[in-house]
Amino acid sequence: MQTYFHDTFSWHTAGQMLLVSGLLMAIVLGFVTYAIYFERKILGWMQLRIGPNRVGPLGLLQTVADVFKLLIKEDVIPARADRGLFILAPAIAFVPAFVVLVALPYTSNWYVADFNIGLLYMIAISSISTLGIVVGGWASNSKYALMGGMRAAAQMISYEVPLLLSVVGVVLLTGSLSLRDIVLAQAGYFWNWHIFPQCVAFVIFLIASVAELNRTPFDLPEAESELVAGYHVEYSGFRFAFFMLAEYVYVFAMATLTTVLFLGGWHAPFPAWDVVPEIVWFGLKFCVVVFFLIWIRGTLPRIRVDQLMSFAWKVLLPLALLNIFVTSLVLQFLAT
Amino acid sequence: MALRTEELLLNVGPQHPSTHGVFRIVVTLDGEVITDATPVMGYLHRGTEKLAENLTYTQIIPYTDRMDYVSAMTNNYVLCHTVEKLMQLEIPPRAEFLRLIVMELQRIASHLVWWGTYLLDIGAMSPFLYAFRDRETIINLFNELCGARLTYFYMRIGGVKWDAPPGWLEKVRDFIPYMRKQLQQYHDLVSGNELVIARLKGIGTYDASTALAYGLSGANLRCTGVAWDLRKIQPYSLYPQFDFDIPVAQTGDCYARYTVRLAEIAQSLHILEQAMRIFPEGGEIMGKVPRIVRPPEGEIYVAIESPRGEIGCYLVSKGKDKPYRLKFRRPSFVNLQILPKLLIGESMTNLVTILGAIDIVVGEVDA
Repeated sequence: MQTYFHDTFSWHTAGQMLLVSGLLMAIVLGFVTYAIYFERKILGWMQLRIGPNRVGPLGLLQTVADVFKLLIKEDVIPARADRGLFILAPAIAFVPAFVVLVALPYTSNWYVADFNIGLLYMIAISSISTLGIVVGGWASNSKYALMGGMRAAAQMISYEVPLLLSVVGVVLLTGSLSLRDIVLAQAGYFWNWHIFPQCVAFVIFLIASVAELNRTPFDLPEAESELVAGYHVEYSGFRFAFFMLAEYVYVFAMATLTTVLFLGGWHAPFPAWDVVPEIVWFGLKFCVVVFFLIWIRGTLPRIRVDQLMSFAWKVLLPLALLNIFVTSLVLQFLAT
Repeated sequence: MALRTEELLLNVGPQHPSTHGVFRIVVTLDGEVITDATPVMGYLHRGTEKLAENLTYTQIIPYTDRMDYVSAMTNNYVLCHTVEKLMQLEIPPRAEFLRLIVMELQRIASHLVWWGTYLLDIGAMSPFLYAFRDRETIINLFNELCGARLTYFYMRIGGVKWDAPPGWLEKVRDFIPYMRKQLQQYHDLVSGNELVIARLKGIGTYDASTALAYGLSGANLRCTGVAWDLRKIQPYSLYPQFDFDIPVAQTGDCYARYTVRLAEIAQSLHILEQAMRIFPEGGEIMGKVPRIVRPPEGEIYVAIESPRGEIGCYLVSKGKDKPYRLKFRRPSFVNLQILPKLLIGESMTNLVTILGAIDIVVGEVDA
């Protein structure tokens, strides 16, 4: 199925591409819809509440109703805003969120494209979204939005460095940047998963990815209690929905990436358990990561902006460098 | 060429999620650092003191409910106690016990609101709902007692309006161990959390002499090590009969205020426990009060310990059924004076932390 990138372009391959991208889009949008629903449900249970239960059976249509509400809202653009950039910003934020999805492998057969630089591509493209947030904060011509945008820029750029450095250890182990190869290298028993040899990298990656996702305890760009809503304070209706959509698509992408890089992707913990389909294993690990993101949101307070920066540069970055150093040393010793 | 920089004038409030009502601060920011801060208040001013001059004493009581609406019982008490003291009225013991119980319950409820909203301010969502669940128990108790959940109008000059309904005292008795358990849970879940400590320790620090110079009271003063609690210093009501400590902390930062307030919940539970043990069986709930309350000519200042600090009532009577002049010393208002001093040089994030730790209720700031 993955040969269409190499085939000559024809109606047939074009149709295939459209079909695959349409399917992927549907899966991701379905995920976003129910990720929001489950986030609200789980937070509700953690906070002695019930969560959404009115729209549809068990509240399953709550997100649909919310999105519909956002779509039919008036499109408000502040009078003193930079119109062009204001309209462009949500698009800059959410297009890369979808573009990164092509590089992700879900099972040994289900993947859209297997790049030999898949990991690099994924991290490079996802940093474009930061631009959308900064532009959105700037174009709103609001002080709160500006501060939120600036915080987002500082935070996301700072945390990209440890994020990238933490995956270098994984790349050293597998010798490939292809996400598919990385998963294939983790075959066999569960102690082959990179989470065990690369536990330091895993922790750094997890922390940095939460910061990249702008989620609690690193949700400073949209710190409700200080900056009201941060960079999207002036956005409403579907433009706001685009920002939110981008955020949840990144949750999808990051949870997949965590599973692929550290949790052995679609591999069962024991080779004997391979009878269970690969997608089930992938889905289980993926759900654990998503649940973890929701769980810490219900548990932790927000970190302060100066603590956030010093944590990235003074703790995570040296640790990540040390991890690379130790990994390469060990690999060198094993080789000789 | 040097980069041109500019200070940013940011208007925080009156509609802002963390100003706890319609309170406004105009801050000048250099990057994220506050260089100047001007609190603007008065958005909730209703002229309680002026209105009181045209109301009979009983009619004033519901107005005090609406001053510090998180702690209406103590407000009720300060007015009633002032008038009673000027008239030298005798209060039946059962009424005095009921007053003390509701005031201590109110103190717990008020600190719970503070605890929940404060953690919400620093970004933790869940504690708010935990605190409000336990506060709800107290609110339901009050509702059973006087039919209101927030603005109680429970006390009268000379006593209280309603006796405890059957079974009410048992419910209060059950609440004490329940709340103890919850309080321990709060400590387990939040107090030791690294992030909470990192956010609160060393923020908004001042020393005892500064606190005294600014006239701070309540937890804002006790966090600097001054054991000043009017329940002990100028005993009123039945407090001399009870055994309790004044929780103090030494560091004078936001975390000290946090620990002091949680420790006060434990002390209030301790007082309640003793009160339940010696609660008098039967008896009047209203003293012998003339049909029309006319305090003799004179003036008086009475202060009590509200959850927020020293709430005082200064009353000038000309022997009429209405006060000549009534003045409330509102602790939220006085405690707020130190805010600009604390804010300068801090970051925007700490603004919320510092303002929250002062524990203001805008209804009381503006009165």
